[in-house]
Amino acid sequence: MGTLRNREYLSGNFGRLGQLWERWLRSRESWLILLLALLVIGTASMNARFLGPQNIKDLMLNVSLIALLAIGQSIPIIMRQIDLSVGSIVGITAFLSGLIFFGHPNTPSLVVFLVGTGVGLLLGAVNAGLIIWGRVPSLIATLGTLYIYRGADYAWVHGRQINAANVPSSFLALGNIGFLGVPLLMWIVILFLILIGTILRRLPMGRECYAIGSNPAAAILAGINLHRRVSIGFLFSGAIAGLTGVLWLARFGTVDATAGLGIEFQVVTAAVVGGVAITGGTGTVIGAALGALLLGVFNSALVVLRVPPFWQQAFQGTMLLVAISVDAYLAHRLAIRLRIKRSHV
Amino acid sequence: MKRAGTSESGRELTGMLGKKSEGETQKPELRTEKRTRRLAQAIRWEFILGILLLIAIVGGQTLSPDFLTAANWTNLLANFVEIALLALPLTLIVITKEIDLSVASVLGLASSMLGFLWQTRLPMPLILLGCLLAGALAGLLNGFLIVQFRLPSLAVTIGTLTLFRGFSFVLLGDRAIADFPPEYSNIGFGTVGFVPIPFLLFLILAIATAVLVHATPFGRTLFAIGGNQTAARFSGVRTQRTKLILFTVSGIISALAGIVYTFRFMSSRADNGTGFELSALAAVFLGGVSVEGGKGTVFGTFLSLLLIAVINNALTLVDVSNEILTIVTGSLLITSIVLPNLLSRWRQQFRPRHFAQTTTAVAQSVPQNPS
Repeated sequence: MGTLRNREYLSGNFGRLGQLWERWLRSRESWLILLLALLVIGTASMNARFLGPQNIKDLMLNVSLIALLAIGQSIPIIMRQIDLSVGSIVGITAFLSGLIFFGHPNTPSLVVFLVGTGVGLLLGAVNAGLIIWGRVPSLIATLGTLYIYRGADYAWVHGRQINAANVPSSFLALGNIGFLGVPLLMWIVILFLILIGTILRRLPMGRECYAIGSNPAAAILAGINLHRRVSIGFLFSGAIAGLTGVLWLARFGTVDATAGLGIEFQVVTAAVVGGVAITGGTGTVIGAALGALLLGVFNSALVVLRVPPFWQQAFQGTMLLVAISVDAYLAHRLAIRLRIKRSHV
Repeated sequence: MKRAGTSESGRELTGMLGKKSEGETQKPELRTEKRTRRLAQAIRWEFILGILLLIAIVGGQTLSPDFLTAANWTNLLANFVEIALLALPLTLIVITKEIDLSVASVLGLASSMLGFLWQTRLPMPLILLGCLLAGALAGLLNGFLIVQFRLPSLAVTIGTLTLFRGFSFVLLGDRAIADFPPEYSNIGFGTVGFVPIPFLLFLILAIATAVLVHATPFGRTLFAIGGNQTAARFSGVRTQRTKLILFTVSGIISALAGIVYTFRFMSSRADNGTGFELSALAAVFLGGVSVEGGKGTVFGTFLSLLLIAVINNALTLVDVSNEILTIVTGSLLITSIVLPNLLSRWRQQFRPRHFAQTTTAVAQSVPQNPS
C-alpha cells in the first residue's frame, strides 16, 4: 500500500481523468480483475489446457449459477441482513420446474421460468414477512426457513428424481448453448448485473439500501422506509434464487431434493470476497459476481494443476479470511489517514 | 424528529397487524394491563420451554408405548449429545453478541484428525490430546481474527467453516477410518445405568457452564459485553480477552464433540457432522438466547436441546420421516422469536406512551444481525 501517496499525487495532476483513475485503482473490482488475470496467466503458463474452449465454457457455466445467487444475496447483505434460505429455494424451484415438464412435456420454457421465479418470490415474501412483520432477525428467520423449505422439499419430492430424459431437449439446451461465444447463463448473469447494478448505483431506492446498511437508525430518521426496502430486498433475493433453481435444472438435467444443498455459505463467501461487507453498507453486485468468478477460476485452476480436489474448500476458506482481513486493514489505514487530515485542518 | 419517526413506523406496524389505532382500544385494556404485565414477568421463556417439553413427553408416550422405556431414552440422549456439546459454548458466544458457525467443521476436523493419527499408530491418549489441541488452535484462530483484526465473527466463522472442513478433506480425502480399538467405544456409546456416558459428560459440562455464566463475575461480564461492548470496556471488562477465551473454549469443546461422534459411530470421515452448526445454532436461539446479545441462559439452551431431541425421537418412533423433523425444528425456531415479539408488541400498544419508550421503539423497529 505504499502506492497510496503516489495515487494522491496522480489525482492532483491529472484532474478529472486522474480522479477516475484513482477511483478505479481504489475499487475492489479492479483488484479482483487483476488477481483474476494473474491467476489465469499463471495457471495457463503451467498448463495451456486451462484456456481451452471446453474448459472456459465449463468454467463459465459453473460460475454463472453461483454468481447469480451472489448478486441476489448482496442486496440483503448491503442492508446489513443475510438470506441463508437461498439454497433451499433453489432446491424447491429446480424440482418444481422438472415436475412441470414431467407432467406437461410441452410447456413453454418461458412459463416454467415465470413459475420458478414466482415461487422464489413467494418464498422470499415469507422471509420478508417474518423479518418485518414478525421482527425476527434475518439470520434467524432465514435459518428457520432454510430448514422449513428444505424439509418441505424433501417431504414433497419423497425420493423421486427428475432425469434429463424427462426434460425437453430444447430446455436443456438453454443451459448449454452460447451466444457470441458466451453461454446463455452468463448472459443472464450480465443482464442481472446491469439491472440490479443500475438500481443500486443510480436509483434513490438503491442508494437507500446503502444508507440502511451503513446506519439503520439514521436511515429511519432520514425518512427512509426501512421496512419496505428490506422486504423488497428479500423479494429480489428470493426471486433470483427461484430463477437460479430453474436454470439449475437446465444446467444439470438431473434433479432430486438435494439441489443446491448447503450452497448458502458458498454464495455468501463469493459476495464477501467480492467486497460486499457482511456489516452492510458497502459493495457492488459486480464485485459479488467477480468474487464468484474468482472462486470458480481458483477451483478450476486447482483441477487443471492436478491438485487433489480436497484442497478446494481449504483454499476457499482462506480466500474469504484474507479478503476480510485486507478489507479491515484498508479501513484501518483510511481511518488513520482521515484522523491525520482532520487534525491538520 | 424522533416522535414523528416512531408514530410513522408504529402506524405502519399496526396497519400490518390489522389492528385498530390506540385510541379506540384503550379502555378495556387499562384493566388487563396490570395483569398482563404480571403474567409476562412470571412467564419466562424457560418456563414455556419446560411446558412444551412436558407436552412433548406426554405426547410421545401417547403416540408410542416404546417412548418412556430406558432403552429408548438411552438412544434419545445419546443422539443429541454432539449438537448439545456444540451448543454450550455457542450459547456463551451468542450472549456476547458474537457467533461461531465453524463449530461443526471443528468437530469434523477433530474427527478426521483422530482417524488420521490413529493410522500412524500413535498411543490413543496422545491422539486425543492432539485432537483437543487442534480444536483449541482452531478456536484460537477464530478468536485471533475477530479480536485482533476486529473482524465480524459472522464473516470470519463462515470462512473458517469452509477452511476447517477443507483441512479435514485434506487429511482424509474421501476415506473412512473405522478400525478403532473397542476399549474406546465407551466414550461413544457406553452407559451408566441407562444414561449414556457422553451424555453424562455433557451434563457435567452444562452444569459447569451454567455455574460459570450465572454465578461468577466472569459470567456477568459476558452479559455486559453483549449488552453494550463499549460500556463494558469502559467499566474495566477485558472484552477482547474474554472473547478470545470463549472462541478457544468453543474450539476445544467442539473437538471433544468430534471425538465423541467418532467413537459413537466408530468411524472417522472428513464430512462428519456437516451442517451441525445450524442445528446447534437453532437450539441456542430456541433456548431464548438473543441474537442481539446480552440475554439468555444455559438452562434455556439445555431445555431447547432436550425439546428438539424428544420431538425428534417421538416422531421417529411413529415413523414420521426426517423431513418433517426439519420442518418442526425450523418452525419452532421462528415461532420462538415471533411469539414473544408479537406478545410484547401487543402489550406495548396498551401502555401509555412516554418519550423514553418512543426512542426504544425506533431502535426496536430496526432489524439487526450480529456483526
